[in-house]
Amino acid sequence: MKPSLFEYCAPGTIEEAISVLEADADAVVLAGGQSLIPAMNLRLANPAKLVDLRKIEGLSDIVNDEGVIRVGAMVRHRDLELNQDVFEANGLIREAERHVAHVPIRNRGTVVGSLCHADAAAEMPLVLLVCDGSVVATGPSGKREIAAADFFQFHMTTTREADEVITEARIPVLPDGAGYAFSEFARRRGDYAIAAVATIVECGEDGVISRCAIGACGIGERPLRLNEVELAIEGKSADSSGISAAADLSAEYVTAPDDMHATTAYRQHLLKGLVERALTAAVARARGEQS
Amino acid sequence: MKPIKAVVDEAKRAEPKTTVKMTVNGSEVERDVSARMLLSDFIRHELELTGTHVGCEHGICGACTIIIDGRAARSCLTFAIQADGADIRTIESVAGEDGELHPLQEAFRDNHALQCGYCTPGMIMNIISQLEAGEKRDMSDDDIREMLSGNLCRCTGYANIVKAVRSATSATKRS
Repeated sequence: MKPSLFEYCAPGTIEEAISVLEADADAVVLAGGQSLIPAMNLRLANPAKLVDLRKIEGLSDIVNDEGVIRVGAMVRHRDLELNQDVFEANGLIREAERHVAHVPIRNRGTVVGSLCHADAAAEMPLVLLVCDGSVVATGPSGKREIAAADFFQFHMTTTREADEVITEARIPVLPDGAGYAFSEFARRRGDYAIAAVATIVECGEDGVISRCAIGACGIGERPLRLNEVELAIEGKSADSSGISAAADLSAEYVTAPDDMHATTAYRQHLLKGLVERALTAAVARARGEQS
Repeated sequence: MKPIKAVVDEAKRAEPKTTVKMTVNGSEVERDVSARMLLSDFIRHELELTGTHVGCEHGICGACTIIIDGRAARSCLTFAIQADGADIRTIESVAGEDGELHPLQEAFRDNHALQCGYCTPGMIMNIISQLEAGEKRDMSDDDIREMLSGNLCRCTGYANIVKAVRSATSATKRS
């Protein structure tokens, strides 16, 4: 239950960090360490070298920049959760953060670290996907922006190259008047989701849903947008029977096999309930019926 | 054949060391540590502050919770080297120098909120940091359970811990 030997460095600039990663294929980035260190303690991960980002300036900034919340690589979950400007610009973030592990873990763990870890049941990758956000990968040849839809590949696998550091996540603010909701089911508080749903809906004056984004995690190898559900809701008045009918379409997205936590059939059942719950809450918010 | 302890000591000495400095319970400390030394082991083995307990060593049980720069954190999920320059508080800092208990410790004692006591230091540090952050007042029992959810206790069934936190927070509110 102790990590094996590794080399450690804490470079002062992002360029130095990248050159270390470029020179050593077994070097791994350390940010908050709340997923990496337990994996190392259990020796599931045995990196030869850790590149700690803690001394690089500017990575702890949260900036609301023309409609996009820019979250630096060292921003802790708890900082994003408690940030009042972020809450006012995108309430989905705080609602989802409340489900990320426990406060002492959120105090250390970073948002970008969670995105890079890319657990298929994790909350923040789902939020990034549903908000149509992106990440900025900084590598030897400069920066590139990767849309959430292109970033998450499989459980714990992203399109980040080994010599890139994700320096920033970009989460768009919600449109004025948009409703949002995050619903999750886990066996115990703070556990990874057996299934979770995030949604954003916009509603016209006539009560008709003009736009719906909805996604789920915990149901397969990565967070997914439930496109069929989105199409079934858009252009409709989204009453309870409409929401229920749309939620029925979610079952086909469950690809997780039976495991120690739940069977596929149980996850499908859960997902339908969570979709209904999230859509109902988000629509009520969009109509100003609920804060 | 060399005794195991000699082999282990030799291997430990051979590991590259880095000097770390931090403030622990108000005192400056400086030690040479291996990069892989967990902060929990640093506190217990290097500083001999054994009030911080180690349960699972992978962030599940919460027994090793301490306060790093004002916020509760798992000392088993942080390397000592990451805490270079940090301000650390452990359970040893909570009671007064004359042994006078913190109101939360009093409340734990008065409400029988511990039996074996293994989880208690982590519980206390987690709760204190959240109370100090000023986010928690007028908590419902659900709020208290939420706050305690990252700390496992296998003795009490939590009922008395919730009771202790309730009585300590209403006491804080009055003062």
